[in-house]
Amino acid sequence: MEAEFGQWFIFGLFTVFIIGGGIGTATSRNLFHCALWLIISLFGVAGFFVLLAAPFLAAVQVLVYIGAIVVLIIFAIMLTRRLMGLREAPNSQWIYGLLGAIVTFGVIVLGLVLASTGSAPLLPSQPISQITGESLRDLGIALVDVNQYVVPFIVASLLLEAAMVGAIVIAREDE
Amino acid sequence: MLPLNAFLIVGALLFCIGMYAVLARRNAVAILMGIELMLNAVNINLVAFWRYLTPGTAATAEGLQVGMAGQSFAAFVFVVAAAEVAVGLALVISVYRNRRTVIAEDVDTLRY
Repeated sequence: MEAEFGQWFIFGLFTVFIIGGGIGTATSRNLFHCALWLIISLFGVAGFFVLLAAPFLAAVQVLVYIGAIVVLIIFAIMLTRRLMGLREAPNSQWIYGLLGAIVTFGVIVLGLVLASTGSAPLLPSQPISQITGESLRDLGIALVDVNQYVVPFIVASLLLEAAMVGAIVIAREDE
Repeated sequence: MLPLNAFLIVGALLFCIGMYAVLARRNAVAILMGIELMLNAVNINLVAFWRYLTPGTAATAEGLQVGMAGQSFAAFVFVVAAAEVAVGLALVISVYRNRRTVIAEDVDTLRY
């Protein structure tokens, strides 16, 4: 019972991080504050990964998302420096966007409720102690195993390569 | 133990917040941040399903193996997110250099 309460407490804490950071990102008028809210939200997602026994993904989340992507976004905000202090309002169709988001959320929750009524709540198929040690090694093997994900892995690296070259070409100053 | 639905609902909520940001923001960088939120919601779902359904086994050519589909997909989503944000911000900087604006509605040369 103690452990259960502890899990719910950690879950609620990270949920507050994720949702609060997300709302801040979506609604803050100052673009720089948006980026800072985004860091909080991404940190909450990293906490969820730890809670779900995926420590490698949690580390990658902090390194790649918070360390690289958000820093890149902040660089872009600073390079377009007239925007730093700009307070922008939502566009003219924001009310439809809000309605669409609420309706989408309602449909998803309705589907979840309909799919899970009558059955017991789905619980983890293995206790956490049985996967934590092995899961990183298994993930590494899965990504380079010929029978599993080596082709998507190589395609993903090619995609990243092409995207980086493309980004340099697009952002380069014309002579 | 936490039920699977708890994670799925948080994922759905985060996805909808990201969707609102994409639809309602005028600034192109803020729209990119909304897309990041949506990709993170997808990642939560992928890892949650991995944790709750598959970490035991997966059928491959050599019989049963430890299933890593969810975590592998999440790793690919990381790659796609990094590529997307790099190209997106390059476009934003290029547009800003040429037009002195990053408001998505003002960049409408292709519209008419």
